Amino acid sequence: MTVQQAGGRRSRMDRWLSLNGWFVFAFLYLPILVVIVFSFSGASNVGIWGGFSLRWYRRMAGNEQLLATLENTLWVALWSTIVATVFGTAAALALDRYRKWVSRGTFDAILYMPVIIPDVTMAVMLLLWFTQIGLPLGRLSIVLAHIAFNISFVAIVVRARLAHMDSSMEEAAADLYASRWQTFRRVTLPLIMPGVLGGGLLALTLSLDDVVITSFVQGPGSTTLPVHVFGLIRRSVTPEINAVSTLMVTASMILVFASLAIQRRGQN
Amino acid sequence: MRRLLMLFAALALVATACGDSGSTTTQASGGTTGGTEAPATEPPATGIQASADACTLGETDGNLNLYNWPEYIPHGSLAEEAEVTDLLAAFEDQFEVSVVLTEFDSNETMLAQIDAGVGYDVVVPSDYMVSIMRSADLLVKLNPDAVPNLSNIAAEFTDLPYDPGNQYSAPYQWGTTGIGYAYGTIDDEAGVSWGVIFDPAMSAGNAGFISLLDDERETMGAALIYLGYSINSTDPAEVDAAAALIKETKDRLAAFTSVGYYDLLVSGEFVVSQGWNGDFLAAYDEASTDDYDAYEDFGYAIPTEGAAAWVDTIAVPSTVEHPCSAQTFINFILDGFNGGELTNYNYYASPNAAAEEFIYEEILEDPSIYPLPEVLERLEFFEDLGDFGTYYADAYSAAKS
Amino acid sequence: MTLTDERTEEVAVNPRLERAARRRESWRGFLHAVPAYVYLIVFFVLPLIVVFVFSFASRSRTGRPELENWNVDGWTRLTDELVRTIVTRSLFVAALNTVLCLIIGYQFAYWIATRRKQSTRTILLILVLIPFWSNFLVRTYAWRMLLDSDGYITQLGELTGLWGRTLFTLPAVFLGLLYGYLPFMVLPLYAAIERIDWSLVEAGRDLYASGTKAFMKITLPLSRPGIVAGSILVFIPSLGAYVTPDILGGAKTTLLGNFIVTQFGAARNWPFGSALSSAILMVMLLATILYFRSGARTV
Repeated sequence: MTVQQAGGRRSRMDRWLSLNGWFVFAFLYLPILVVIVFSFSGASNVGIWGGFSLRWYRRMAGNEQLLATLENTLWVALWSTIVATVFGTAAALALDRYRKWVSRGTFDAILYMPVIIPDVTMAVMLLLWFTQIGLPLGRLSIVLAHIAFNISFVAIVVRARLAHMDSSMEEAAADLYASRWQTFRRVTLPLIMPGVLGGGLLALTLSLDDVVITSFVQGPGSTTLPVHVFGLIRRSVTPEINAVSTLMVTASMILVFASLAIQRRGQN
Repeated sequence: MRRLLMLFAALALVATACGDSGSTTTQASGGTTGGTEAPATEPPATGIQASADACTLGETDGNLNLYNWPEYIPHGSLAEEAEVTDLLAAFEDQFEVSVVLTEFDSNETMLAQIDAGVGYDVVVPSDYMVSIMRSADLLVKLNPDAVPNLSNIAAEFTDLPYDPGNQYSAPYQWGTTGIGYAYGTIDDEAGVSWGVIFDPAMSAGNAGFISLLDDERETMGAALIYLGYSINSTDPAEVDAAAALIKETKDRLAAFTSVGYYDLLVSGEFVVSQGWNGDFLAAYDEASTDDYDAYEDFGYAIPTEGAAAWVDTIAVPSTVEHPCSAQTFINFILDGFNGGELTNYNYYASPNAAAEEFIYEEILEDPSIYPLPEVLERLEFFEDLGDFGTYYADAYSAAKS
Repeated sequence: MTLTDERTEEVAVNPRLERAARRRESWRGFLHAVPAYVYLIVFFVLPLIVVFVFSFASRSRTGRPELENWNVDGWTRLTDELVRTIVTRSLFVAALNTVLCLIIGYQFAYWIATRRKQSTRTILLILVLIPFWSNFLVRTYAWRMLLDSDGYITQLGELTGLWGRTLFTLPAVFLGLLYGYLPFMVLPLYAAIERIDWSLVEAGRDLYASGTKAFMKITLPLSRPGIVAGSILVFIPSLGAYVTPDILGGAKTTLLGNFIVTQFGAARNWPFGSALSSAILMVMLLATILYFRSGARTV
């Protein structure tokens, strides 16, 4: 991948930032490299190289229970991310643009609380609440719980984008008799997109990784992958989980680069 | 902000009112929410108990919701790989009901879910959890007519303190908490002492390469045994002494960890570790290859002072929706052959006397799985300590702080 | 005075019309917030009341509190020395982690945000998160392997003579935390830095001559909302972090997150756990709101 410089002139500063950037990427991918390498190891102990083998991939492919938890995880992550991103973005826009109407203290408080509250406390209270209101526990209750914490994360990231943003473009669009939806679609959304994307990615990541809240609000048959793996600690975590992780990481990479390629072709 | 607080106050009152009536009116998923109120009159529990009592041998009343630890029952390709019977599939075939498996990651999560009224038919709680659930009316009494295989249970396991007479639970698997170690790093000629961890002189040579479990009861339990006390001590002075010992030992430890300690022992990061027998054996087994036998380098010992033993059980929670399928399943698991397959898969000892003839010889003859009779006497089971449990938790937190 | 207010004065030709239009806009804006707030009230605020009520209840065998015997034991225990020690330590860990994340994350986010092509920026941003779509536990296991006696990082340290085995030491704890929370810092920072008007920065360079000064006077204040949001998203969750510190640090100290989990788990002392959570919620909420306001008031 070639890196384009913002200023064209390659200053000392730019060089330092690039160096730091690639160093951070190395830091982020170092453990993943280990995970990928050991997913191809024939040995059962995590950490011992037992020669190249596809043993864990074969085992994973036949492990129905594991695949069921993976399916639950992806289903929950997808829906909770979509809903939380829409709700969170809308809330952030409302809070930033029309701050005078609402009592900001109260609204801010409600928005930050899910970030602040300890996982296990939120898990316990949601479990009691769901059973109290008669909601059957299962995938749906997990999605509802994930949305509850993800809305806040999305809203906070989007607000970081919105703070002091110039609204003249939107006003200009409105002056040109663009409809509200057109203004949003053509002007506002592109402006806040990096924030929405960041918030959405964060929501997806949080949902894919959550153990505590999910284990409390799950119902019959809705166990997710992280809960499965955490329960395995008591027995032993096999490199099979390395194989699943490798699959998820590479699948995401392929998706990202494929969508990039499609986008490029669309532009040309 | 003030408005928010007022809202809080008002809703708190509503919530309290709801909570008070909740225990009698909430029927979240067909279960009861016992526990918040004195169980003076609890018609739903009686109703479930009555239908459980009415079940006959082999009767089913719908699909089975099983709530178990992950990979704790041979199933699917894992059973195939281990060359044991897929017990869930066998049950489905024999009784023509399907099994929905849900997995939990700790006894406490499972307890919270059952206490909140989430419907499961069969759960797999550990010993101490059985006594907690029993005292909170969260378990249904087993009907011996529907579960005749209860008679297969070995005599040593029929009268344990957490459930005398196995009225509410049947033992599923059992094991010990002892010491896994690399040969040559400690003196094990006359048996292994807890001193290899707790005695400053004996452990000095291995300082920085020792690990303890990270668990209030297990970690404190080991210290209590070393000091000559019971793992179920309710004497604050004894518990304080154990906490002080742990605090003192901390400097010589590499870590408190219940996660992957067996792998770190095999890879040489630890040389002495407190842990569960099945974990160590599985790790040694898996580290062995065609030309390397890990059992030559690593061992497991139940210390001379004694050790904690644990039993995982299989029981019917009060939130059961299919009490007959549930009891039929328990009876199925208690069958001799099936119990044997469970052990052949898990490498934990079976409390099922009828299972012995089906268990691989090498497992039966392994003293770290099936302790010798004289060792058996040194084992002690965990009991729920009621309100004193918080004392352990606090002492342990303080010892580590 | 904020930018918005200034603009109001300039644009407002007819004050009354302007006000009416603004009110209409406000109403519409409020409607945007409705789904999120209704949702949070139903699935967060109402259940939260349960926690608050529980903090005054008494402990039962299952842990689920009994509502008959009201007391403030849970709250009075908050002043215990044990709680103070644990809170102080956790605050230190969270604060140091936030600073580390900020230092490394800022440069990193700045680098990504200044790539010229939009698609490059997007790709780099997604690449930051992809490692975190693997399983948490295997990632942490991988760190254990890198840091243990014959791990690559330890070998590197021994080769250069700078460090030895890092596993089960304090640096390992911070390495693990930095790894886990860096994205929480990078994403809001990126969102804030990416929209900076670079002509302002150019103008600043001309004005201040020194690049450092231009950065301090222009770029940094403009990216402040991102710094505020990022540090909150790192500080608060790392205050409750315990799994990574325990697995990589050897669990030789009790942290706040662990302590709370114990109350809801093994200790089955939900009233104390609830009081602890309620107290954290109140204190951190106040701090967060004040901090956010301070971030919003700049420029």
